[in-house]
Amino acid sequence: MDWTSLTLSLELAAWTVAILLPVSVLGGRWLAYGRFRAKGAVEALVMLPLVLPPTVFGFYLLLAFGRNSPVGAFWQETFGHQLVFTFEGLVVASVIFNLPFAIQPAQRGFEAIAVDLREAAATCGMSPWRSLWKVELPLAWPGLMTAMVLTFAQTLGEFGIVLMGGGSIPGETKTVAIAIYDRVQGFDMQGAGIMSAALVAISFSAIAITYGLSARVGRRLA
Amino acid sequence: MTLKVALRADVPIPLDVAFSVAPGELVALVGHSGSGKTTILRAIAGLWQPEEARVTVAGAVWLDSAAKVALPAHRRHVGMVFQNYALFPHMTAAGNVMAAMERPDRAEALRLLDLVNLHGFADRKPAQLSGGQQQRVALARALARKPAALLLDEPFSAVDRATRERLHAEILALRAHLAMPMILVTHDMNEAQLLADRMVVIERGRVVREGTTAAVMADPDALRAMGIREVAAMLPVTVEGADEDGLTRLDAATGPLYLPGVDSAPGTRLRVRIMAHEVILSRDRPVGLSAQNILPCTVTAIRAGDGPGVMVHLAVGADEIVASITRRAAAQLALQPGDTAHAILKSMSVARDHITGAGRT
Repeated sequence: MDWTSLTLSLELAAWTVAILLPVSVLGGRWLAYGRFRAKGAVEALVMLPLVLPPTVFGFYLLLAFGRNSPVGAFWQETFGHQLVFTFEGLVVASVIFNLPFAIQPAQRGFEAIAVDLREAAATCGMSPWRSLWKVELPLAWPGLMTAMVLTFAQTLGEFGIVLMGGGSIPGETKTVAIAIYDRVQGFDMQGAGIMSAALVAISFSAIAITYGLSARVGRRLA
Repeated sequence: MTLKVALRADVPIPLDVAFSVAPGELVALVGHSGSGKTTILRAIAGLWQPEEARVTVAGAVWLDSAAKVALPAHRRHVGMVFQNYALFPHMTAAGNVMAAMERPDRAEALRLLDLVNLHGFADRKPAQLSGGQQQRVALARALARKPAALLLDEPFSAVDRATRERLHAEILALRAHLAMPMILVTHDMNEAQLLADRMVVIERGRVVREGTTAAVMADPDALRAMGIREVAAMLPVTVEGADEDGLTRLDAATGPLYLPGVDSAPGTRLRVRIMAHEVILSRDRPVGLSAQNILPCTVTAIRAGDGPGVMVHLAVGADEIVASITRRAAAQLALQPGDTAHAILKSMSVARDHITGAGRT
């Protein structure tokens, strides 16, 4: 069992969720309530990582984060090391790749809130922030939770992008999915089997717990 | 404390209205659906922004397009009751009421819930309450904000008739506690007539008639604009007691009325709805007539309408009813303003659903 790569995967997933939670709340809310001309284009852009092969996505990230790109150069200057083939680079790639998983369910969650509830919140004297906190988040919570669990599980299992943009540096960019691939390549079927089983167990528990919790939220509202 | 409203807009519907509501006064905005009533209410609340508008309450400017002032909804002190209640489903009744307070105060929330007759329901979720109970919570929540104006958007349209009548009675009773200007949007003329002091009739985004409820309801032109053919008046009465034959004696200003099926306690003040075409006029007190309900009255005005009919306005003490009779009958009786007469009310015209509680004041 390669504990280093498992811990790395969990860390990557945790960072991705932590960064995407506020993004999904604000982005999902914006797309749910907003009425603007480019809305369709923005929604399509958010969904793009879902349909692109991870290798294509990873290839463009490699170009975008490389030392010759403005982003890569800025990172190099600010932090003194390059963005590709580092843990930070993986987090950035993972955040972008998971946008559809984070934003789509959150958007549906906010869309499910009746317009007159938001109007009632306003006529009750609630500022937009207070309305978000007191009325919208409690009601959109199941959607947000789905978003975060999908993001978490998706990050644990991501392979192509990590391979393209992260390489396979132990303790830095070698996630559990890569480690499993390495084991199989090295004919260590037992090691690969144990890690695969661990990944299945973690992902299954995360999803089962969420469904359990959202069922309880559903009962609370009924 | 007066609420002054002036709005003009071209989209989504043409709108050009101006009216004001005095403190403690309840004005009904009436008109067909699509006439712009609810849009006007939403503009006052800050949920919709017309092109040109000025809304002031007690001198505070909520909206003034000329001066580029437009307070967002949450900074206007309105209490709004929505058609479908719009209660927060994840909060209890008390939680909903407290959500509208600047400093949540459970004792105050319970007091408001008591005020709308919801004692003991504070910890129920909206899904555990009936439609009528949810509407009471919505009203308590609107009052919790200590609003400078109370806006009611078709508040009784989603509940059944029996509940609606109970809520009407409760609103009338509650009015003694309410000192702010109030606007009720409704397409139910019966409801407007029962609850409102004044009516503003909206037709295609314009005010076509404005006046006291009695005046508007006795104006055939205004009623025609609303698609109503029957003029009716509300006559205040006090329940005297039940007779042995099942009729209840109600005292009007100039005499008793006997009605079946009134179950209110003696002393209760009610209003009886009397349709103008159900009133027969006689100069002398008729004898040998099967009709039981005969009220002495004084002719105050005779208004000719289209066709062969005239509207005779009759003072019953300080109250007014209207009789719709033919021009020929008016001529034969030689009725003139100031004449005394007797209004014969056909018993059958005062049906059960037109007897409505006027509260305990």
